Amino acid sequence: MSSPLLEVRDLDVRIGQSHILHRLSFSVQSGGVTGLLGRNGVGKTTTLRGILGLAERTGEIIMDGEPIGGLRTHEVVQRGIAYVPEDRDVFAGLTVEENLRLAERPGNELRYDLVYDLFPELRTRGKQRAGTLSGGQQQMVAIARALLNGGNRLLLVDEPTKGLAPLVVRNVVDALKRAAEVVTILLVEQNLSVAHKLARDAIVLDQGSVGYVGTVDELMSDPALARRHLGLSSTGTAHQP
Amino acid sequence: MSTVILLLLTGLGLGGLYFLIASGLSLIWGLMRVLNFAHGALFTIAAYVAWSATAPLQNANPLWAWIAGLVIAVVAGGLAALLLEVFLIRPLYARPIGQILVTVGVALAAVALIEGIYGSDPKQMVLPTWMSASTVIFGEPVPNTRLLLIAVALLVLGVLLFFLRRTRYGLIVRAGVENRAMVSALGINVERAFTLVFTIGGMAAGLAGFLSGTYFGYIDPARGTSMLIFAFIVVVIGGLGSVTGSAVAAAVVAIVQQFLNFYAAPGIGDFSVVILLAATLLLRPRSGEPA
Repeated sequence: MSSPLLEVRDLDVRIGQSHILHRLSFSVQSGGVTGLLGRNGVGKTTTLRGILGLAERTGEIIMDGEPIGGLRTHEVVQRGIAYVPEDRDVFAGLTVEENLRLAERPGNELRYDLVYDLFPELRTRGKQRAGTLSGGQQQMVAIARALLNGGNRLLLVDEPTKGLAPLVVRNVVDALKRAAEVVTILLVEQNLSVAHKLARDAIVLDQGSVGYVGTVDELMSDPALARRHLGLSSTGTAHQP
Repeated sequence: MSTVILLLLTGLGLGGLYFLIASGLSLIWGLMRVLNFAHGALFTIAAYVAWSATAPLQNANPLWAWIAGLVIAVVAGGLAALLLEVFLIRPLYARPIGQILVTVGVALAAVALIEGIYGSDPKQMVLPTWMSASTVIFGEPVPNTRLLLIAVALLVLGVLLFFLRRTRYGLIVRAGVENRAMVSALGINVERAFTLVFTIGGMAAGLAGFLSGTYFGYIDPARGTSMLIFAFIVVVIGGLGSVTGSAVAAAVVAIVQQFLNFYAAPGIGDFSVVILLAATLLLRPRSGEPA
């Protein structure tokens, strides 16, 4: 097997008095979508924030052979890791065009063609303030922002379908599928049907540590395994703690 | 009618001064969440540096002395702000209480230093002939300094809006006012924008320090502190992080102050500004958050 695109070793994150991640180690292979799964509150979002340096962390993070664990957030991103946060975090007072322009980095190829091909609506809404867009449209802006820079090789995507209507979920899934042909995606997703459609490999977190590593197919086809790690019932619905 | 015109233009001139201080304060708080109590010190330091540097020239050639003083004050204000941000504020980004203590300390120390060097008596400014004269508007002679202050404030407003709306750094500042962490997560070094905004704020404070000497005819060590109080009020009323809001609020505060000081009683205008602040906070309790 080739060396992984991203390698996380002994990642430890504490927020206030809470110890969220306990010496977490996993790797993400280049290409396609890897699902970072687990029940609510096991530290999936914190893992993404820890990789980016948005949460204070210790441990090693290696991107394409280069240690990035000691770098600040903007330096991590400049190494080719982009972020689509859980709450989209578009800049509400800026227009769609301005949101995208912020993601441009000098010296890198820009993927405007890909972005407008995936989300044609963004072209027509370029002058509209992002704060006035619907949730689905804001998600498009957030994904487009992460995809835009040609230097980005890994997208950390946090619950992209959260709170979206079923039709919009389908669009977002299609867009991420096509995006995965260009970049590698580490996907946090609570909607297991979405995770199943998108991800090939799965890393399941359990109380701040890795509980399972394998393929999503294996995980979903073994009811005992799924129940133990994801709290799935025999009907395939997740029990929330 | 003529008194109203005079009060209105005098209020707008004073509002121009408030705006020059408040715009920097507003951007600094909006982007960096730093409550810069040393902003008045930048105003005072720049005014005294400019006065000292041009004092030998003031009687010989007041116009050139004034132009040189203006440039020196802007540079001194910017430089002082840059040093303040790099050496004192930056190490304390994660410690807001530390920032407040440091900026209050700098404010007190700067005034004491100025008084130690120059004494507490005001220093007269020799102004160019045009600035000592008046222009008759609707039959009332309006001091030219008021008109000058209005023109400079409008010019600075235009420059700031151009910077914010038409440049990449302006875009970063506007985005950073909304969500600093997300700006970093787009690969942008937001701390560089902090330094830039702090320096721009210092330049505007320096300009205000020098123009306050032009407006009042003298400079004194306590002026920066007293202006800072009104500037804080303007910033809260205008919305933190909003330059346009600061401009409108500065004009409203200064005009209300002038009219009530004249028509009610001296001092009532100043007091009314505090009432205006209280009313704003009651009607818009989130005024302390970015606009």
